[in-house]
Amino acid sequence: MADLNELRQRAEKIREEIRKNAEQLTSSKAAYEARKNFLDKKGVIGQLMQDMKSVPADQKAEYGKTVNELKAWASERFEEIDKKMRQRELELRYASEKIDITMPPVKMVPGHLHPVTQVREELIDIFASMGFEVYEGTEIETDYYNFTALNTPQDHPARDMQDTFYLSPEFLLRTQTSAGQIHVMESKKPPIKILSPGKVFRSDDDATHSPMFSQMEGLVVDKKITLSDLKGMLDVFVQKIFGEGTTTRLRPSYFPFTEPSVEVDCSCFSCGGKGCSLCKGTGWIEVLGAGIVNRKVLENCGIDPDEYSGLAFGMGMERIAMLKYGINNIKLLFESDLQVLEQIGDQE
Amino acid sequence: MLAPLSWLKDYVDIDVTPQELEEKLFSCGFEVEELTQLGADISDVVVGLVTQCDPIPETHLHVCQVDAGAHGSFQVCCGADNVEAGKKYPLALVGAQVIETAKDHVTVTGLMTIKKGKLRGYDSEGMLCSGTELGINEDMYPGAGYNGLLVLPDDAEVGADVKPIVGLDDWIYDIAITANRPDCQSILGIAREIAAVLGKELKMPATDFHPTEVVNDGFSVTVEAPDLCPRYIGHYVYDVKIGPSPAWMRRRLALVGNNAISNVVDITNYVMKEIGQPMHAFDGEFLRGNRIIVRRAAEGEKIVTLDEKEFALTNENLVICDAEGPVALAGIMGGLNSEIRDTTTSVTFESAKFMRDNIRKSSRALGQSSDSSAAFSKGVYEYTTVLAMNRALHLIEELGAGKVSSTRMDVNTGNSIEPHEMKASIRKVNDVLGITVPDEDIVRILTGLNMDPVINGDELTIQIPAYREDMESYPDIAEEVIRMYGYDHVQPTFLKEALVTMGGRNVKQKTELKLRRSMCSVGAYEAIHYSFFSPSDLDLLRIPEDGKERTAIRLINPINEDLSLMRTTLAPQMIRAISRNQKKATLAGRLFEMGSRFEPKALPLTEYPEENMTLCLGIWGEQESFFTLKGMVEAVADTLLLKFTYEPCVKTFLHPYRAAKVLCDGVEVGYLGQVTYEIQKDVDMRVPAYVAELDLKALSQWYGKVGRFEPLPKFPVEKRDLAFVMPETVTCGQIEEAIYGACKYVTDVQLFDVYEGAQILTGMKSMAFTVTFTPGEEEFKADTVDGYVDKILRKLKFTMGIELRS
Repeated sequence: MADLNELRQRAEKIREEIRKNAEQLTSSKAAYEARKNFLDKKGVIGQLMQDMKSVPADQKAEYGKTVNELKAWASERFEEIDKKMRQRELELRYASEKIDITMPPVKMVPGHLHPVTQVREELIDIFASMGFEVYEGTEIETDYYNFTALNTPQDHPARDMQDTFYLSPEFLLRTQTSAGQIHVMESKKPPIKILSPGKVFRSDDDATHSPMFSQMEGLVVDKKITLSDLKGMLDVFVQKIFGEGTTTRLRPSYFPFTEPSVEVDCSCFSCGGKGCSLCKGTGWIEVLGAGIVNRKVLENCGIDPDEYSGLAFGMGMERIAMLKYGINNIKLLFESDLQVLEQIGDQE
Repeated sequence: MLAPLSWLKDYVDIDVTPQELEEKLFSCGFEVEELTQLGADISDVVVGLVTQCDPIPETHLHVCQVDAGAHGSFQVCCGADNVEAGKKYPLALVGAQVIETAKDHVTVTGLMTIKKGKLRGYDSEGMLCSGTELGINEDMYPGAGYNGLLVLPDDAEVGADVKPIVGLDDWIYDIAITANRPDCQSILGIAREIAAVLGKELKMPATDFHPTEVVNDGFSVTVEAPDLCPRYIGHYVYDVKIGPSPAWMRRRLALVGNNAISNVVDITNYVMKEIGQPMHAFDGEFLRGNRIIVRRAAEGEKIVTLDEKEFALTNENLVICDAEGPVALAGIMGGLNSEIRDTTTSVTFESAKFMRDNIRKSSRALGQSSDSSAAFSKGVYEYTTVLAMNRALHLIEELGAGKVSSTRMDVNTGNSIEPHEMKASIRKVNDVLGITVPDEDIVRILTGLNMDPVINGDELTIQIPAYREDMESYPDIAEEVIRMYGYDHVQPTFLKEALVTMGGRNVKQKTELKLRRSMCSVGAYEAIHYSFFSPSDLDLLRIPEDGKERTAIRLINPINEDLSLMRTTLAPQMIRAISRNQKKATLAGRLFEMGSRFEPKALPLTEYPEENMTLCLGIWGEQESFFTLKGMVEAVADTLLLKFTYEPCVKTFLHPYRAAKVLCDGVEVGYLGQVTYEIQKDVDMRVPAYVAELDLKALSQWYGKVGRFEPLPKFPVEKRDLAFVMPETVTCGQIEEAIYGACKYVTDVQLFDVYEGAQILTGMKSMAFTVTFTPGEEEFKADTVDGYVDKILRKLKFTMGIELRS
């Protein structure tokens, strides 16, 4: 026979038990079990409800109220315990997942374009914005396109077997991308603005020469093209590739296919012209050869030299790459050593 | 070309510093590759007078009292055998720097600084020097070659700096001469440019001489090959007394790199350096028949040159002959049979123009060269033939080496370049430059270049000197004007008159750049290899004798056999690159190369060969496999918006079971696979390598493909996982193809598991796929997809006998 007094004592005891229990619980699973133990129909508090049958009628209301209060209190307690347990469990999980963030990454690094390709594409971007198209000639050329049409007379030293790789009496490996000029001028009427990048070959193999290297040739043919235009265009070019403030210096030179011919130096971008090891103390770095297209070359291509004139320039891309990236040996560019290639990151 | 400042000063009054002269030369087109100050390493060496000289007992040494004028008097110990009181020698003071020699007193070992010392108990303050210790030899100063002290002239001022006395106050310019200016391959030619750039007069060397009444009866010169020898001058000199040439000539020859030989030979060398005209001297007694014939050699004709080498000649070689046979290889070297000896009493000088192409080719073909052949190969102008002959005869008289006869044979084929007139428009000259050079500057500049300019309105008239065969039309005038006016006057303009053009890359160029970047994005680094490779590269790949890769274009003159064939595949260089990386302990990596393969249509070449752009991939490392490489190949397909399929293939250099050919739309476009273990061993690779080649020429037909938007499915897709049991020989591709073929709503088939083992019969395997069904216009009903699955199962069962794994 249950009575209210006894119930009140029980309830207090249950509260005490739950409080004690809460302190001992270590997981949300245990909390769930404990909740079941108290709050299920057959649980400790559920049982109290069952016991209401034997409570005298006049006490039933008070009894029920007391049990419900206990139940509500216990539910709330177990909510709290559960929340606390879940929080604690999350913390443990985080802790258990601690890593050494200095360990190496899973490799997902993109590779790099070859330094010469980087230079080539940068040059194309610069000159494309000035209206140049790109013409890629063939590596195997005829004697005519590589020499004769470029006003290199039969007995010119540059034609010598020592410098040129021949494949037959007629065919050779082009020694200069200038060969492409002729093909373009034969097939296209002025105005012409082309850029001709490509591999060229010379029979040189030592510490500073490679039998294969890359050139970039530029050609403009239009009315009234002058040496001043050449200078203006190259001033823009060196600033774009070597940085603002870089200037050019022209000095006389000789190429059979241009007249006048010039060597173009740019102010040393390393020391700003004061003189350093890169420019060998001169403040200037030789970057390319250029000139006004020889009248005979225009004539050879069926372009009237009295109506049109042109400018041409050509540079070694390995040389630009070596200057730009501080590479000290041209051979490194052809050895495909990953330790080298990894160092030269893509510019754009 | 070497040019001593002291020698240049003979012809032009140089009133600028050596460094300023270097800049002037540079600005007008003559780059000084090296400017050397003679005696730069020598300091504080003065004229010392030995006033007292006593032997040190039981040694070869002497203890000397040396008077050095204002520097004081010093006690110096000396081991030389020619030290004596009353003579003057170079005295290196304490603190001086001189050349250090080995114990033989001859071999140079470096530089040394003189310190106070003590020999055999005697203080020694300074050192008396030999020529070698001052860096000079016998040719540069008489007595300097003696292995002992250099004796200075009695009139040398005691205490004076020794350098000007022994010629160590000079500068040597090593000047680069461009190929269009052979007229500047001489001291006089450079002096002419200096005169122009400094605005000074050019003083010509003396060429007067006094021929006697004597004639050489019957002497004749015949030129039978005028195409190779447009001009030949022979002059007879008699009463020749062979002996050493004077110190000044020996010194100058030494400064430009020539050894002194004898007065007559030295004159020819001196004139060549001075004027640029190679000369030769024949011993008159040994010209058989007293005649000279210039002709092409007979096939197989022989000559022994001065250096005692014998050559068998061809019709392409030009020879100088006497009545009986060759006495010189024209323009290259004289014959041993007619060389100048100590006993020579008469000489015939030769000054001729030979065609540069012929001399260069002969020199190259015979492997025989000389200063003379080098000069002729660069081009000798006919202008200098007379000048040089007269200069040589003047020197014969000046040196007292012989008497000049009246016998001169001058054969001129009649096409000499004489000074000639050229007219040009001033406006056109300025239009080349894009600036307006004032008329008075044009006149000043062209006058300085001896072109006698006259301006009449827009018309410029100039006289082209005979030594300027390079001057052809008004752009040449523009160049002459601007190089002297100064390139710094050129004001930059930016194509102000030109029409606007559209620039940029075309589809091929854009696509190839995209592919390169795409390969980088999958972790590959770009490589560039030579366009030529080695026959052994084809052997490495085990390409059979009749393999198509063996049809390669051969270089006629390769650097060596390893660089002798135009490549027909990019694989061997890639494999070698991987091997090099592994040897440097880079045991994993990815490389790619984009370059041409060269495929001739006929050999030897009669037309341009195919240059086929190819993408080669090479990967290696423990984490790499056939499938990582296949993933890279798929990246190519994805970049081009294409779909590749793969079939097994056989390649001599690929693993027999890990090789595939790549197809696109039924067209074979390449291959991929693992490099064989044999090759791996051949090139010492520790880890396996995988290579692929894709023919971009073949793929280029699909370049420029644009992705088109397909509307997303309106209704949800359904996925089913299906596992099948099949014989080991059945491929994933076969199953995929069958599934796709069984139902048109299948849009994707993905393999997710392969199992072989205990739960399956031997010889069988299980493959599990996720199959995606995409609805068309209507939503799938509850059992639609089950029906499609049944269709797939039936197809696999009836066509291949393959069933679901139970």
